[in-house]
Amino acid sequence: MSETKIKVGAAETSLPAMAKDVLMTAVIALVLAVPFIGLKSDSVGTALELYTRWPEMFAIIGAVLVGRVAFLLLRLRRDQPRAQSAQKRAGVKELAANWGGKHIVLIGVAGFACAALLPMMPFASRYTVDIATTFLIYVMLGWGLNIVVGLAGLLDLGYVAFYAVGAYSYALLSTELGWSFWVCLPLAGVFAAAFGVMLGFPVLRLRGDYLAIVTLGFGEIIRVVLTNWVDFTKGPNGISGVPRPSFFGYSFSRGGEQTFHDLLGIAYSSQHRVVFLYFLILILAGLTNWFTLRMRKLPTGRAWEALREDEIACRSLGINPTNVKLSAFALGAMFAGFAGSFFATRQGFVSPESFTFMESAIILAIVVLGGMGSQMGVVLAAFALVILPEWFRDFQQYRMFLFGAAMVLIMVLKPTGVMGRREPTIRLHKKKDAAEDAEAQPEIAQ
Amino acid sequence: MLKIEGVHTFYGQIEALKGVDLHIKQGEIVTLIGANGAGKSTLLMTVFGNPKCRQGRVVYEGQDITGVPAHEIVRLGIAQSPEGRRIFPRMTVYENLQMGALPTDGSTFEEDIREVFDLFPRLEERRNQRGGTLSGGEQQMLAIGRAMMSKPRLLLLDEPSLGLAPLVVRQIFDIIKKINEKGVTVFLVEQNAFHALKLAHRGYVMVNGVITMTGPGQELLANPEIRAAYLEGGH
Repeated sequence: MSETKIKVGAAETSLPAMAKDVLMTAVIALVLAVPFIGLKSDSVGTALELYTRWPEMFAIIGAVLVGRVAFLLLRLRRDQPRAQSAQKRAGVKELAANWGGKHIVLIGVAGFACAALLPMMPFASRYTVDIATTFLIYVMLGWGLNIVVGLAGLLDLGYVAFYAVGAYSYALLSTELGWSFWVCLPLAGVFAAAFGVMLGFPVLRLRGDYLAIVTLGFGEIIRVVLTNWVDFTKGPNGISGVPRPSFFGYSFSRGGEQTFHDLLGIAYSSQHRVVFLYFLILILAGLTNWFTLRMRKLPTGRAWEALREDEIACRSLGINPTNVKLSAFALGAMFAGFAGSFFATRQGFVSPESFTFMESAIILAIVVLGGMGSQMGVVLAAFALVILPEWFRDFQQYRMFLFGAAMVLIMVLKPTGVMGRREPTIRLHKKKDAAEDAEAQPEIAQ
Repeated sequence: MLKIEGVHTFYGQIEALKGVDLHIKQGEIVTLIGANGAGKSTLLMTVFGNPKCRQGRVVYEGQDITGVPAHEIVRLGIAQSPEGRRIFPRMTVYENLQMGALPTDGSTFEEDIREVFDLFPRLEERRNQRGGTLSGGEQQMLAIGRAMMSKPRLLLLDEPSLGLAPLVVRQIFDIIKKINEKGVTVFLVEQNAFHALKLAHRGYVMVNGVITMTGPGQELLANPEIRAAYLEGGH
């Protein structure tokens, strides 16, 4: 290790500087660990008793220090021998970029095929399919929000409002008027899109932080209205008995006139509905993805991306920003509406509880972690945010800690998201230029 | 072709343009020179209706376009390469050019892009590269090429020489001349008075929101006052 001081951001990579860094880390870890881990309160009868857990606490602090040293060494390695390994690195990156670029469609199709086969797998218990369904709902919401945030660059913190509109549309139309799921599904999309336009108009002139605040407010308004308009929405009690979907008129119940298992001549199984719901959301999500991929190649989709990049340039090119923004809000909201009505029919129950800001935050985190505008990134991030917490259930109280650590890790290693590299919608003369392309741009500067 | 009559434009209370008259005839290259903050870019933006002028009017081919929204002005055959280039950094060169073709019906896209690639062979070499990774000169070429994709009859250029090396500036100006020879009228806003006046048929000089001088490019170039204010020591 040389003693030359190389500035890396604010930190220096000389030995004394590193020692100071590690010391600071120890102090911070100690300050945090005393209340979080060192002291533990348990209720004994009606009183609270305080225990201490010093050995555990020092073990955790030790782990933090080891991690910090590893991080510093990693950074040193990354910064110093840049010259020697730059060439090799560029080669690897080029390979990765080319491979990813060429095969992304293949990976997508393979992923979809695996998803379609999942319920037939021997390990696919009811629990697995259920989790996969939840996962796909978030993927679909992520893809929908990706239109607004990822492509059009409009930061929307109230996306869950449209999800709620979709869910309540179906719940109310089916319980009050007795309309079937298949009629309500498109209607839910239309209602949500209408709300998207309603939100879109007042925020046309806003950008960035200001837009975020207004959309946040909008999301809350919808939730508060759902909670308090008791005559219409049944308020905080929610709407129960929302009809389950049927397979073209054949229900998934045990008895009754037209049932699914009678249609196929097989024995009744409660698994059928779960699997049917799974396929339904798979198709809906697939539709969302297909639609977005198509849109990216059409003028409107292009205009979304152009608007994200530079609004003034858009105007000078004859793009009407009003229409572009409204279409992004409307279409993004529409998919949330579809997902919402699916949610309602799956749960059989809707209440304002399900549409808190936390949901918006998770969906937004999926889009940002995945890499704004990347369809594949949304899938990976949804996996990280929905499936990982499930796996971490074994870790009990450390579940959320691990979840948070995973999020921090992704952002440290991949600041632009898991798939932060925007794929061009068109490549000319693939073979010759792909290499040229990757070589000329090691990584996008964002 | 384009007539600007008594235009006053304000930013809030500040009067940026204090009654500007200017006209551009078909087939000309007209340049507007002036120091920083003189109001040159404001004038160009006013033609595009953003900001709107408070007084006066902008007439294009006999049609009053004051207050016509920017996105419709492009459809009338005026294209703009905005100040600071403003290309789409994450889009490829090809996609950037496609964006420029949006106002057209797309039926002549192949020919149009051929024409742009002929003007800027560098862009063709780099067509799959992201805009943000181009050099400054290439980005400027892309900005002009993108504006040309809408097949304009009048091209507004805002400081194409901004931040470019002298050699590249000369290249860009050569290309502007070529574009003009193809029959496109050019309105050039520049700080690089020397190159701009040498190229232009006519020039206007703007100081603090007012046109102070006008005349053929060569004449202005020879004018001692202009030499003193904009040219001496600059090159």
